[in-house]
Amino acid sequence: MTGDLVLIWPELILTIGGLITLMLGTFLGDRQIGLYQLSALLTLAAAAAAVVALFGIETTVFSGTLSVDSFGGFAKLLIYAASFICILIAPRFFGGGMRAEYPVLILFAALGMGIMASSRDLMTLYVGLELNSLAAYVLASFMRTDERSTEAGLKYFVLGALASGMLLYGISLLYGFTGTTDFAGIAKVMGGEINIGLIFGIVFVLAGLGFKVSAVPFHMWTPDVYEGAPTPVTTFFASAPKVAAMALMTRVVIDAMGPAVGAWQQIIIFLALASIILGAVGAIGQKNIKRLLAYSSINNVGFMLIGLAAGTQQGVEGVLTYLLVYVVTTLGAFLVVLQLRDADGNAIESIPALAGLSQRRPGLAAAMAVFMFSLAGIPPLFGFWPKYLVFEAAVNANLVPLAVAGIVASVIGAFYYIAIIKMMYFDDKSDTEIPAGGGVIVEDAVITASALWLSVIGYLFIPVLAVVTASAAAVLF
Amino acid sequence: MSGFPILSLMLAVPLVGAIICLFVGDKMSRFVALGATLATFVLGCILWANFDIGGAQWQFTERADLFGRFQWALGIDGMALMLIMLSVFLMPLCILASWDAIKQRVGLYMAMFLIMEVVMIGVFMAQDLLLFYIFFEAGLIPMYFIIGIWGGANRKYAAFKFFLYTLLGSVLMLIAMIAMIGEAGTTYIPTLLNYDFPVQMQTWLWLAFFASLAVKMPMWPVHTWLPDAHVQAPTAGSMILAGVLLKLGAYGFIRFMMPMFPDASAQLMWIVFALSMIAVVYTSLVALVQSDMKKLIAYSSVAHMAIVTAGLFAFNQQGIEGALIIMLSHGVVSAALFFCVGVIYDRLHTREIDRYGGLAVNMPAYALFFMLFTMASIGLPGTSGFVGEFLSLLGIYEASSWVAFVCTTGIILGAAYMLYLYRRVVFGELTKDDVKAMPDLNAREWTIMVPLAAVALWMGVYPESFLAPMRGDVTTVVARLAPAKPAGDAHLAAGKPKPAAAHGETAHGSSHAGGVQ
Repeated sequence: MTGDLVLIWPELILTIGGLITLMLGTFLGDRQIGLYQLSALLTLAAAAAAVVALFGIETTVFSGTLSVDSFGGFAKLLIYAASFICILIAPRFFGGGMRAEYPVLILFAALGMGIMASSRDLMTLYVGLELNSLAAYVLASFMRTDERSTEAGLKYFVLGALASGMLLYGISLLYGFTGTTDFAGIAKVMGGEINIGLIFGIVFVLAGLGFKVSAVPFHMWTPDVYEGAPTPVTTFFASAPKVAAMALMTRVVIDAMGPAVGAWQQIIIFLALASIILGAVGAIGQKNIKRLLAYSSINNVGFMLIGLAAGTQQGVEGVLTYLLVYVVTTLGAFLVVLQLRDADGNAIESIPALAGLSQRRPGLAAAMAVFMFSLAGIPPLFGFWPKYLVFEAAVNANLVPLAVAGIVASVIGAFYYIAIIKMMYFDDKSDTEIPAGGGVIVEDAVITASALWLSVIGYLFIPVLAVVTASAAAVLF
Repeated sequence: MSGFPILSLMLAVPLVGAIICLFVGDKMSRFVALGATLATFVLGCILWANFDIGGAQWQFTERADLFGRFQWALGIDGMALMLIMLSVFLMPLCILASWDAIKQRVGLYMAMFLIMEVVMIGVFMAQDLLLFYIFFEAGLIPMYFIIGIWGGANRKYAAFKFFLYTLLGSVLMLIAMIAMIGEAGTTYIPTLLNYDFPVQMQTWLWLAFFASLAVKMPMWPVHTWLPDAHVQAPTAGSMILAGVLLKLGAYGFIRFMMPMFPDASAQLMWIVFALSMIAVVYTSLVALVQSDMKKLIAYSSVAHMAIVTAGLFAFNQQGIEGALIIMLSHGVVSAALFFCVGVIYDRLHTREIDRYGGLAVNMPAYALFFMLFTMASIGLPGTSGFVGEFLSLLGIYEASSWVAFVCTTGIILGAAYMLYLYRRVVFGELTKDDVKAMPDLNAREWTIMVPLAAVALWMGVYPESFLAPMRGDVTTVVARLAPAKPAGDAHLAAGKPKPAAAHGETAHGSSHAGGVQ
């Protein structure tokens, strides 16, 4: 038992760091915001270092309920990195409204997400998921005086509770029909005959998880919550929890339901195609950039699910690569949105206000163009590569019709991405003044770095990425 | 020269130029762009001078294992060499053509053109299937900006249509490529060229490639993006679109579809022939009734490209060589024609044919050049157009006399619409006052016209310079296609030449014997 504690250093560090930050906040008040931020960032960095130190160890702890492996490690690094940036960018946005709870909640959410990514038991799965969700509900309504923010929090909570209910119902069915909550044990039963109870369990668990990754038809909350939540929180929602939920879904599907391919594959295929098409079509009419990015995230989840639908190691490698590139692109795109402020410092979220941005802020517009082309998967930008990988996995798993349908639907998605570029580059300047940002070096540095990486430079990382994702994906097979 | 990565250098020079253009002012960026394109042209000339005709099929090869799953593999054969020469030759002229016409955001414009150059020559150099696809698709981005920012009144619609239309075609090709890589286990093009895919699979792969390349080509009925793109694009954009981008489709046909899927190509050649025949006649008729000069030339491009596709699918040496020469010739001549339109557009700011007339009086030098390029487009002997059309029709006739018959009709119609255009713009009474006020070509325009005219004549008088590097590659393709080649309806048989009475008679007689049934 004590030996197990050594192997969960990342989680321990996050717990202790989160509690220390919470205590500091309680006793020192909201004025020392820089201190809490620093302590949270240090905690995340230390946790990430612990993950790196544990890389290569493949084992399970606490009687097989939690795994320590490179699959979870890869996901955790992504989650911590995204959380790190979301804490970094918050103070400028919130200004005087920044409180100690923000970094604390992100730390606890990160802890929950880490547990999600490495759980191998239905109970730890649920604990991790709820820890993350509860922190997320509060974060969504963080600006408590803002009507849209509180509405987003409430909506997220009600729909999230519904999804948790479905998930729990599915879990209870799986437990009832397999007699165990352990993934490996479930897989053993799934290898035999699949009865109707198991199928119901699979459907409900996938529905619950589909809500968390916001796959169509469980996506309704996404645009509203993304629009209403404060932008740094939206940035967080669009990055880290997506990684955790996707990693969790992959683990459940491959580890626990792996042998019952016929039962889950068609569900995943449906989720994938519906997300790609609806994510693309739904985005076309949007006037708010955050809503548009919400639909874009739905669309991207669809492509990840194509990799998962393949159900092969190659497919999982594709999903992991996709997650990495997606997180980088999303963080970059939301940071650009954060920089959009009018002369009075009010945030600009309307898309028509972007008109002529390339003439006011050429650098910012160029970065946004890179992110948009990358999300659309147009080579030579690096967003092409993960799309290629998931489609390759689908073709090699004999899912050619799925690949064809998905790639044709990606052209619909390209329409609204290039519509944003049209707005920034082709249209005349809008009336809204967008003066240069207030010299926030961190934001500029992150935007520049991610834009450069997503342009051709990313391709040079393919050999490294291939090795890392292969070792991570191999854990599940 | 061996071992020196000249191909990578040719890609690096315009790329570095593009980055510099983004950061220097408008004035400087023009010179930077001109310098970079000229430097690339010089490198291209060095490349041609060092190309060993009749040597190895792939020359100047470079391979670096940069990307794990696929490689930075470059190399050229004769066909690629000629198309690279075409690109690097047209680029400096495009930059010069936009020297005064582009006044806004010049740095970005020049950067986009230089990126366009990188991408285009990259397509011809790539020896790795994925690298090829990346270059092939990357061309959409700069062209989207060029049409959308510096285009005409309806530029946004045209840019969207161009982007989405060509993207939709290309993605199907990507799926086919993935299937090919899975089947053959390699992305290296020279290996894939000799891999025998199962016949059943070939049909699907062929159709997927065809969906993509037919749009790029463009073939009837998926050509509708082209007139819009041309009409809205700035002059230099049209030059590069007609000059080089349209050649990507045909290059894909001869580089990939024909040698990689020979059985499917033979099975489905009727599709290509049918679409080509429709395109030749239909688009020529459409061109005849256009009132917009650029649209007229755009439709004529579709008709010319249809002869290219028919020539390629004739599956014989003459047909393919002729198609390649049409590609080169059309690259020069249509770019020149678009520039001719640009010259008068810059003066009067309209492309309506009716607004002009009588230019021969006040712009004699312009009228002369325009005449030359019109004749080259029609295919007058002595100009580049003749060589290509004659050779390809010869090849098509061997495969199918009906296709040859219809395609020849298209050439007659081509003469009709081009001469009609020329008559309306250049001849007639010089009545309109604003047209009277138009000055003749200036020094910059002369600098662009002269090289274009020189190359059009060179290709017409001595095509061997251009055919020699490609001959070996065409023979390779023809040999690869030979087992699948269907019998033509021409039944060529050697004639019985009369006993040589005079010295020149023998050669004369045997060359005529081809038509004997």
